[in-house]
Amino acid sequence: MPSDTTSRDTLISIRNVEKHFGKVTALNGVSVDIREGEFFSLLGPSGCGKTTLLRMISGFEMPSAGDIHIGGEDMSEVPPNLRPTNMVFQSYAIFPHLTVAENVGYGLKKQRLAKAELAARVDEALALVDLDGYGTREPHALSGGQRQRVALARALIMKPKVLLLDEPLSALDKKLREAMQSELRHLQRTVGITFVLVTHDQEEALTMSDRIAVMFDGRISQLDTPEGIYKKPADQRVASFIGVMNFLPAQVTSASDRTLGIDVAALGKLSCPQDDRFAKGDKLKVGIRPEMLTIVYDGEKAEKNSVPAKVADIAYYGDMTYYDVVFGDGSHSASVSMRNTAGRPILPIGAMTRIRWGPESIVLLED
Amino acid sequence: MAEAASKQRKRPALRFLSPNEWRGLALISPALGYAVLMLAAPLLLVFLLSMWTQNYLDLDTTLTFANYREAITDPLYRLLMIRSIIISGIVTVVTVILAYPVAYFVAFYGGPRKSMWLLLITIPFWTSYLIRIFLWKVILGYNGVVNSSLLGLGLIEEPLTIILYNANAVVITLAHAWAPFAILPIYVALSRIDTSLLEAARDLGDGPVRRFFRVTLPLSMSGVVAATLIVFIPTVGDYVTPRLLGGTNGLMIANMIQIQFGKANNAPLGSALAVSAMVIVASISIAYVLLNRRFLKSRG
Repeated sequence: MPSDTTSRDTLISIRNVEKHFGKVTALNGVSVDIREGEFFSLLGPSGCGKTTLLRMISGFEMPSAGDIHIGGEDMSEVPPNLRPTNMVFQSYAIFPHLTVAENVGYGLKKQRLAKAELAARVDEALALVDLDGYGTREPHALSGGQRQRVALARALIMKPKVLLLDEPLSALDKKLREAMQSELRHLQRTVGITFVLVTHDQEEALTMSDRIAVMFDGRISQLDTPEGIYKKPADQRVASFIGVMNFLPAQVTSASDRTLGIDVAALGKLSCPQDDRFAKGDKLKVGIRPEMLTIVYDGEKAEKNSVPAKVADIAYYGDMTYYDVVFGDGSHSASVSMRNTAGRPILPIGAMTRIRWGPESIVLLED
Repeated sequence: MAEAASKQRKRPALRFLSPNEWRGLALISPALGYAVLMLAAPLLLVFLLSMWTQNYLDLDTTLTFANYREAITDPLYRLLMIRSIIISGIVTVVTVILAYPVAYFVAFYGGPRKSMWLLLITIPFWTSYLIRIFLWKVILGYNGVVNSSLLGLGLIEEPLTIILYNANAVVITLAHAWAPFAILPIYVALSRIDTSLLEAARDLGDGPVRRFFRVTLPLSMSGVVAATLIVFIPTVGDYVTPRLLGGTNGLMIANMIQIQFGKANNAPLGSALAVSAMVIVASISIAYVLLNRRFLKSRG
C-alpha cells in the first residue's frame, strides 16, 4: 500500500507551466505540487506532455510560461547540471566508453574524492541496485535489466532531492518489468528520495505510485491516489484510460438537496448522493468496473439490483473469466469479470443469466 | 569454419567453400583482380627495384641493401623525410582541429539542412587540385590577395614573404585541400552519438566544457583517428603542392623520389626512398592507432 505522504512538505512546485514548440502546444497550463519523499507518477498517452514536463523539472526544457520551484528555489535560471535532480533515461544512456564503475561514479568525479572513498561510494551504490561486483564490466556486456540498474545507481549516487524516471521499464520484458516495479518501489522507500515517474502504462502507475497525475492534451485531467483515480475517475477519458470501464447512458430524473435520482439504460432507476455537476434532465454516463458486476448463478435467487442478460462472448484468463454480456433488449452491453473460484462454472456463449450490480460501485461521469 | 560447416551439411563436392562463399568470392573477384594487378604487383616491383643498382644506363639486378643504407644515412634524405613528417604532421593537426568544429556544427546544429552543409563542404573538390594550388598562389603571392589587403588596410609596411614559397604555404594549401576528408569521418562519429548520453552527462553535473572532454570527444575519437590517418598518410607523400608552393625549404621527400626517378636517373634509390617513407608512415600510423585503440573498439 502506498505510504501516507499527505502531511509532507511540497518539494516541487509547478505553477501555470506552458510549453509551445512552434505551433504545437505540449503543455497548456499545468500546476501541481509534488511532495517530499513521495512516489509521483505522470501518466498519460504518448503526446500528452508528460515527458516534456519531466524534462522541464530536469532542466532540459524551459517553460514557455509559468515557473518551477524545487525546494523553494526558482529553477528558471538553473541549468540541468546545477539542479538537485537526476534522471534515469528511457534509453538508460549508459556511457559506452566507460566501465560500470566509471559510469556510476561519473557524477562524483567533479567532487575530487579520494580514490578509496570514490570506490566505496560506487560499491555502495552498486550494492543498492544488487549489482555487487559488476564494477569492472563493460556496458555492452550487460543485459537490459542490468543497464537499467546501472542507470539507477548512477543517478542515486548523486543523492538528488528528486529522481526523475522517464519510462524506465518500457524496454524490459513483462516478467522483468513486474519485478523491477516492486524493486523500484522498495528502493524508493529505502532511500526516501522523491521519485517522479513518467509512464504510459496505467498498471505500472497504479502499483508503484503514492499519487498519480493523469495527463491528456497538455493538461492534468486528474490528480489523486491510485485508488482515487481508479474508483472515482474525473471524466470519461480518465475512466477509460485506467483499467476497463463499462459506460452506460443515463439521465437525471430528480435532484434534491441530498440525492440524485437517475435512470440508467439497461440497469434501471437508482438514487445517488447529490452531485453539483448534474441537474434534473441532464444526460450523463454511468461508469461501472467489470469486477463490480456479478453474474448471478442459477442456484442464487433473483434479487434487487439485478437484470437479465445474455453471454455474448467469453475470454478465459485462467484465474479470471471476462464475459461480454448483452442486457435485456440487446441495445446495451457490458464487460463482466468473475474470479474463477471453486464451484463456479464457466458459462457458455449464449447462456441466459442475471447480472447483479451495486449502486455504490457506480461512477457518474459528465457526457 | 568452412570445414566445420561442410561436416555439418555433408556436401559432396567443393568441400572447402560453401555456395555462399563462392558467390561472395565471385562478387569481389573483379575488384580483387584489379587491386592485385594495379596495386600489389607494382608495389612488389618497387620492392624489387629498390634492391637493384643503377649503373648509368643498365640495372644491376644483384640484390643489395645499399640503396636503403644511402636512403637512411644521407643527411639530405633524412632532412627531407623528417621535414615531410613534420609538415604533414602540422597539416594534419591544423586540418583536424579546424575540421572538428565544422563537423560538430553540422552534426548538432545542421538541423534539416545537414545534407546541404555536407554538399557545401565538398565544394573545393569541384575544381581540379592543380587549379586550387594556383589559386592559392594568387591568394598568397607577393602581390596577392592577402598582401594587398593587408597593405591596403595599413596593417603591414611591405608584403609578407612568409606565406609563399615555404613550408607555411604548403601547410595552408594542404590543410584546405584535405579539410573535407577530415570533416566527414568526424561528422559521422559525432552524429552517431546518442543525444541522451550528452544529456546524461549534463544531468550528472557536467558543464558544457567538461562534458565535451568527458563524453563528446571520447565518443568521437574514432572519427578523429580516421581523419588523422586520412590526412597524414597521403600528405607525407604529396609532391605537387611542395613543388609549386614550397620553394626550396618547403620541398618534401616525394619531390626527391620524383627527382631520383627523373632527372637523377636512379630509380632504385627512388624506390628505396619510397619504400622507406612507406615503412615510416605505416609505423607511425600503426603506433597512432594502437595508442588510440581504446576509442576504436566496437561497442554492441
